[in-house]
Amino acid sequence: MDVSMYTEIISTLSATMRVSTPLILAAMAGIFSERSGIVDISLEGKLLAGAFISAAVAAVTGSAWLGLGAAIVVTMLLSLLHGFASITHNGDQVVSGVAINIIVSGMTVVLGIAWFHQSGQTPSLPNTARFMPLHLPGSEAIGSIPILGEIYTKILGGHNLLVYIAFLSVALTWWVLFKTRFGLRLRAVGENPKAVDTAGISVAWLRYRAVLIAGILTGIGGTYISIAQNASFIREMSAGQGYIALAAMIFGKWKPVPAMFASLMFGFLDALSIRLQGVEIAGIGQIPVQAIQALPYILTVAILASFAGRAIAPKADGVPYVKER
Amino acid sequence: MIQWKSAAMAAIMAVSVAGAADFKPAVVFDMGGRFDKSFNQGVYNGIEKFKKETGVDYKYFEVTNATQREQAIRKMAQHGGNPVLGIGFAQGPAVDKVAGEFPKTKFAIIDMVVNKPNVQSIVFKEHEGSFLVGMLAAMASKTHKVGFIGGMDIPLIRKFECGYEQGVKYADPKAEVLANMTGSTPSAWNNPSRGGELAKGQFDRGADVIFAAAGGTGVGVYQAAKDAGKLAIGVDSNQNYLQPGTMLTSMVKRVDVAAYNVLKSVKEGTFKPGVQVLGLKENGVGWALDKYNEKLITPAMKKAVDQAREDIIAGKINVHDYMSDNSCKY
Repeated sequence: MDVSMYTEIISTLSATMRVSTPLILAAMAGIFSERSGIVDISLEGKLLAGAFISAAVAAVTGSAWLGLGAAIVVTMLLSLLHGFASITHNGDQVVSGVAINIIVSGMTVVLGIAWFHQSGQTPSLPNTARFMPLHLPGSEAIGSIPILGEIYTKILGGHNLLVYIAFLSVALTWWVLFKTRFGLRLRAVGENPKAVDTAGISVAWLRYRAVLIAGILTGIGGTYISIAQNASFIREMSAGQGYIALAAMIFGKWKPVPAMFASLMFGFLDALSIRLQGVEIAGIGQIPVQAIQALPYILTVAILASFAGRAIAPKADGVPYVKER
Repeated sequence: MIQWKSAAMAAIMAVSVAGAADFKPAVVFDMGGRFDKSFNQGVYNGIEKFKKETGVDYKYFEVTNATQREQAIRKMAQHGGNPVLGIGFAQGPAVDKVAGEFPKTKFAIIDMVVNKPNVQSIVFKEHEGSFLVGMLAAMASKTHKVGFIGGMDIPLIRKFECGYEQGVKYADPKAEVLANMTGSTPSAWNNPSRGGELAKGQFDRGADVIFAAAGGTGVGVYQAAKDAGKLAIGVDSNQNYLQPGTMLTSMVKRVDVAAYNVLKSVKEGTFKPGVQVLGLKENGVGWALDKYNEKLITPAMKKAVDQAREDIIAGKINVHDYMSDNSCKY
């Protein structure tokens, strides 16, 4: 293995961390929502809304934190809308989710044109209004050690705060779902809402709390896309990552840690497809762009079909709860 | 009833067109609108210049979704607009249809060819402009490796790539070009995250100048170049101001000149239907030099590029057009 191969691996793994972050956050959001019995296809729309609002607010105020706050507020409002349609009024959850995706896709462009006159983009942000890469403590001391130093400074370190928040959210999701009373009830309401209702606990209030948590997580994910990974909002910039996150969640069988690994795998394949493009591979030569870009999806199908096993959704997922009279 | 109305309208129109030199310019901007800092705004600048010089006002419409194009162009023609300007390749089918309905009205379209006897189609030799920025990239590179990032993988973008590659090799035969396409669907125009990752990938492989012909995706490339302290090249309009200091230059398409010339030719009665191809010779394409990048362009670089420009115009350098045979062999 020569030196260039080695740097290539390091840079691919580093890219994996960056690309996976919004997937992990959105997948955790999906887990909260679906574990409570609410199908959330609007992850995509909420990521996009979060991306737009955080970039707009950061552009006006110059503060990344205010951008993050505003994004979370707006994505929580969208979650409430989803909840109002599908929890309070027992509407079809997929329809409501798709409606949110369409509304957001149009609104972000219309508001962007009205506010900033840049064809739906927001002004590009200075570094002070973004979440910038952090250096882990002791980077200089450890960085000089071969291999270990590179892993510490380039793969684990050198990312912005939101990347670490994404990984933290996995631990938090696991803890909340499996170690708290709230989590137990949340899982119960997704499996058998009638039993929860019989026990005297409000199904609607539990589900509302679940979708609100999903709102917070997608708000962070959207903020990451526009003001940490990039420096401005561009129309449709979420580019289907919400749907990939949904796939990662199903892949991970609605469990936080497996869903995180599924997100990392999607991220890795994406990063790999970026690095492989235009690179000569010994014995094969250059692979066409389209084949490389199809690779993550082909592998996904192959892995799902071969050894991922059956994915079983929460029993009451997607079913509105109607009290018997 | 509606048919009768439009027939009557067409009859009135025909009379008025035949009756006098009716000159009422109408412009249909495409998505993004007049102030998109890019393609549409270029047209806007050209038309405003014409208005300032001649005092002739114009009607305009900004398309905000795909279904409005045909309606907007037809409305302009019905209301006596002449000439009617369609902006952007996406308006091609609409102009084609409406031009058939209003044979007496003069139409023009930019970036697309429409074969109708009353339509002027204006297209650009993007490969010539890309050749010049390719030379600049090769001369600015210290690693002898430069990058290209395209948006959607379509022949037009391959045309940019092929011209760029030829320019790079002309200035530095040993230089290597790393080329990536963002994707093969229209979302490839709006994916700055992927653009940034592609740029980081090329920087890791040793490139130090990247030309992005990728619409909104390019913004991510320019940002990545700035973050890494490397150079990037903008496209379509002058984008040097987006990241002052790390934008080497921009490959500009002079849509403003094209729009201005259409109006002028109709006013003077010299309007000719058919295809107009604007290259270096017609000042239709070029590279941008302004206060944001003047420190990056050395006198030697400027001299070499100016010479190459002369040579291309004189026919001494022949830049291969990818779209002529869908291959990049030169």
